[in-house]
Amino acid sequence: MPEIFSEGFFPNINLQDETNWATDFVRDVIIPRLPEAVAGHFPVELGTVLVMVAFAGIFVAVVPLLPLVLVLAERKVAARFQNRTGPMRVGPWGTLQTLADGIKLIFKEDYIPPQGDKLLFLLAPYIIFACSFAVFAAIPFGDGIPIPGDFNIGIFYIMAISSVIVMGVIMAGWSSNSKWSLLGSLRSAAQIVSYEIPLGLSILTVVMLVESLGMQQIVASQDGGIFTWLIFRTPFTFIAFFIFFISSIAEVNRTPFDLPEAESEIVAGFHTEYSGMRFALFFIAEYANMFAVSAIGVTLFLGGWQGVLPGYDFLGGFPGFVIKTLGLVFLMMWLRWTLPRLRVDQLMNLCWKYFIPISFFNILGTGVWGLIFRHDDVWSIGISCAIIYVGLISAYAVAGRSLARKPEPQPS
Amino acid sequence: MEFTLKTFIFYGFALITIASALAVVTVRNIVHAAFALMVTLFGVAGLYVFLQADFLAATQVIVYVGGILVLILFGVMMTSGRLEMRIHIERGQLLLGGGISLALLMLLLTVIANTPKWENLTDDGTAFEPTTKRIGELILNEKFLLPFEVASVLLLVALIGAALISRKEVRD
Repeated sequence: MPEIFSEGFFPNINLQDETNWATDFVRDVIIPRLPEAVAGHFPVELGTVLVMVAFAGIFVAVVPLLPLVLVLAERKVAARFQNRTGPMRVGPWGTLQTLADGIKLIFKEDYIPPQGDKLLFLLAPYIIFACSFAVFAAIPFGDGIPIPGDFNIGIFYIMAISSVIVMGVIMAGWSSNSKWSLLGSLRSAAQIVSYEIPLGLSILTVVMLVESLGMQQIVASQDGGIFTWLIFRTPFTFIAFFIFFISSIAEVNRTPFDLPEAESEIVAGFHTEYSGMRFALFFIAEYANMFAVSAIGVTLFLGGWQGVLPGYDFLGGFPGFVIKTLGLVFLMMWLRWTLPRLRVDQLMNLCWKYFIPISFFNILGTGVWGLIFRHDDVWSIGISCAIIYVGLISAYAVAGRSLARKPEPQPS
Repeated sequence: MEFTLKTFIFYGFALITIASALAVVTVRNIVHAAFALMVTLFGVAGLYVFLQADFLAATQVIVYVGGILVLILFGVMMTSGRLEMRIHIERGQLLLGGGISLALLMLLLTVIANTPKWENLTDDGTAFEPTTKRIGELILNEKFLLPFEVASVLLLVALIGAALISRKEVRD
């Protein structure tokens, strides 16, 4: 029986770097509070691992509360758009409706299709759930708030983990042994894999400017008010932000890109056969994803937790970050209740014929911009903002003229 | 052998990798095999992280799990109906395959024998160094530019070929 709490058990492990925040937490907070007899023998490395696990546990406990709010917000927003009041019965102004729905889902029958593949059917929600939550590990929420996964490859890690969600979707669709589920999951997989390309290329423009993949470095480089936010830094990142945002709507399968769960065609897509709490896991993951992609967008393009004015904390820090993120989430809801669903061919055309070429152009442009303006100063940002302004006005003029034209005849 | 946290992590990932790799080749259901392959790839990614090759680990996940495995599953699902496969192996194939596998095994064993044991590796005091920058420099500046470009041309050719094969002539 090895002595677990002695120094001999973990003699010389080196957890990546010594100045890890969890190690600091163990050294500065835990050890001074221990009794004398134990403090000397406390294994710092094991403690580091435990602190990391505990912090991850906090995330897993807190993040499901987000959908609780977001689902209600979605229903209220939808209601306002349709001139209704939305849920009003449970709690004041219906604020406890989601909680009631959650309790209802817990008590529902957990139905497993007898003809399906039971193992994969049970496993699929957990894969999606775990991947959506692992993304939160690398998001910088505010100044001084530790990131559990503060990697130097932050944004690349996020892309890698979120690309695994497709596997869960395919698993769910296939194991249900239902045509609707399979069609939904195939649509979803095709869509997510396609839109990952413009998404990645848009992220690359930011990475080129910052010269780092780390989330903290990306936020740190936007220190200095709204005009140093990466969206305004070059005209190309301005375009990249919109491509990023639209592609991430497609990534999280929301209207106008919700073909994988188009009710009128394939019931509910890949989660048709799921019921009760397993369905709720998909639902929670969807809203967590929505929040996550908005948070990533804010971090990459909209300054992260940096404030609007240089030197002031206005719209900065943790509250500012959450406000900006919720702004993007609201934009997603707005689009959902405004736009009709795209057809499959339109969806793929948009991605492959427009977004990907524009993204390549963006990368080229960002590279040239970086060669011309070696350092970001008043000049480069001023020129950038001027180009964005002129571009927006001419786009408005062109769009106005083309919208006034007759629509093209539909393909028969 | 000293029993440290390192040992735990290494053998944990090694166990995951090997067990799921065994499942890939022994399970009869193709879809199950594909999902077992996902676990294998994750295990290997974990070993990469253990070796402080974080960029490689993320690339492994994004390319193999998020890309290639999804394509494999697409192929399997599009041709569904024959999931349980009993593959008949001729004696000649058995000999040939066995021979090649044995040769590969010998090669791997030679490499393993000539590599210093990982338990004996000591911390040489250098801090963890991000690999991303070094990889980028090697690919674009130094000796691996040509293979990199050749690989990209190969992929382009494959892409055009696939488009040509799958595309139907449309007349209107």
